Amino acid sequence: MLDTSAARPLVEITGMCKWYGEFSALHDINLSVMEGEKVVVCGPSGSGKSTMIRCINQLEAHQKGKILVDGTEVTPDMKNIEQIRREVGMVFQSFNLFPHMTILDNLILGPMRNRGVSRKEATDLAMHYLERVQIAAQAAKYPPQLSGGQQQRVAIARALCMKPKVMLFDEPTSALDPEMIAGVLDVMIELAEDGMTMVVVTHEMGFARKVADRVVFMDEGEIIEVAHPEDFFSNPQSDRAQLFLSQLLGH
Amino acid sequence: MDRNSPPPAPPRKRLTPLDYLLFGSVAALVVYAGYRVNDVLVYNWDWSRVLGFLVRFDEDTGRWIGNLLLTGLFTTLRLAVWATLLATVIGIVMGYWRTCENLTLRIISRCYVELIRNIPPVVFIFIFFFFISSQIFPAMGLDDIDPDGALVANPVFHFLFGDPRLLSNFLAGLLCLAMFEGAYVTEIVRAGIQSVQKGQWEAARAIGLSRTNVLRDVILPQALRKILPPLAGQFITLIKDSAIVSLISIQELTFLATEVAATTTKVFETWILVGAMYFILCYSFAVLFAWFERRAARSRR
Repeated sequence: MLDTSAARPLVEITGMCKWYGEFSALHDINLSVMEGEKVVVCGPSGSGKSTMIRCINQLEAHQKGKILVDGTEVTPDMKNIEQIRREVGMVFQSFNLFPHMTILDNLILGPMRNRGVSRKEATDLAMHYLERVQIAAQAAKYPPQLSGGQQQRVAIARALCMKPKVMLFDEPTSALDPEMIAGVLDVMIELAEDGMTMVVVTHEMGFARKVADRVVFMDEGEIIEVAHPEDFFSNPQSDRAQLFLSQLLGH
Repeated sequence: MDRNSPPPAPPRKRLTPLDYLLFGSVAALVVYAGYRVNDVLVYNWDWSRVLGFLVRFDEDTGRWIGNLLLTGLFTTLRLAVWATLLATVIGIVMGYWRTCENLTLRIISRCYVELIRNIPPVVFIFIFFFFISSQIFPAMGLDDIDPDGALVANPVFHFLFGDPRLLSNFLAGLLCLAMFEGAYVTEIVRAGIQSVQKGQWEAARAIGLSRTNVLRDVILPQALRKILPPLAGQFITLIKDSAIVSLISIQELTFLATEVAATTTKVFETWILVGAMYFILCYSFAVLFAWFERRAARSRR
């Protein structure tokens, strides 16, 4: 278990609300993620999981409530949102690698543009992470030449190159062929073991059991339940969580 | 069957009798048109006078030098190249503004595009020309430039902008053309930017790139590759549209051709020759752009 006494909260969300037009997408979200903690967010599709984590780095703007990232409040109209985003790595469902750049260029773009790192230094850093995700041999290729699983591992490496304090994963394995999923999850587990703070939206319940310190269950834009994975899977408190789990594990 | 046997040859495309009939009738039409001009109009073909306006033999230096039509062609070429560059800059800036969240920038760019697209080019050029030639250029002191000054009286300047004595004339044509074509480039760039997937913006933002870098490193390179074909078409249109500025006395190919036709009274020869010159110019650019496109396609793989 995580020692919460020494850890500080890296992400603090209080009373956050968001609407799409009249539709209430998120309602009164409260969640703190401690340094080094791994939080898995699950729930039926359309429950606001992705929207919630996308608000943390302001890819989506929230309309009410407060979000603190490492003590700094993030707001939709803030000037230096880039500073926050450099501290927050993000991995998308559809990889979103830059198709007109080689794998290596995808990785060094951020450090070179944002931290003023030299190309040589950025390349060393990039190759280090590419080796960690076992794609170093493909560094000179273009993203479409790689399999989905390889692309997603590159996307993780790209986010890591910014040396983020917290990593957000938005259904990182949902767009992958079944045989590709394990490779990506392995990389994520390794990352978790190294102590990275992670917020992961996923349907991979095996991953949640293995890695998560807490599981957050969302439905209809609200957090319904927050629990330790063992408790959540063996003994979900809410009806909706029970229904969700039975549908998920029913087959 | 042997797996290693070569695949069957594809069937060859052949011309059918119907195709020959079609070609035949087109040829007949051309011959008939020639006959009408020759026999009915009793037209005297005389290419030598018109060709003399293309190149002429200079008695003093003993060399062949370009005459009016060739000078006009080069002016058109200069106009086209500079206007293309300027229209690209305008198009990229305005095209980005069209997609901006900032309402002011969106209004400005929208007004620019709609204003120009919904006025006939000739009308726009008349209005804009009299505005810049009577207000802006005098204010900039362009009319007072000494044509023998060291800055302008050198071969490099002459190569880039033509005769210094005609500089303000040239710049007026250039600005009109660039402003006009820029509106169309704007719409092409906007479509290009909007065709880049939302995920690309998000990924670029998520690694903390600044607004400028998101655009420069991620969005524009992808957008420009996609819009290369329509952009190429627009630039070739620009070369052809440059004939319009002859109406405001910019001394490019069409303007000088009007003079040659009037002087020689050889209307058919002059315009057939000028048509051929435009064709060569535009077709060369078409080939060049096709090459760019193939290169861009190769680097994407």
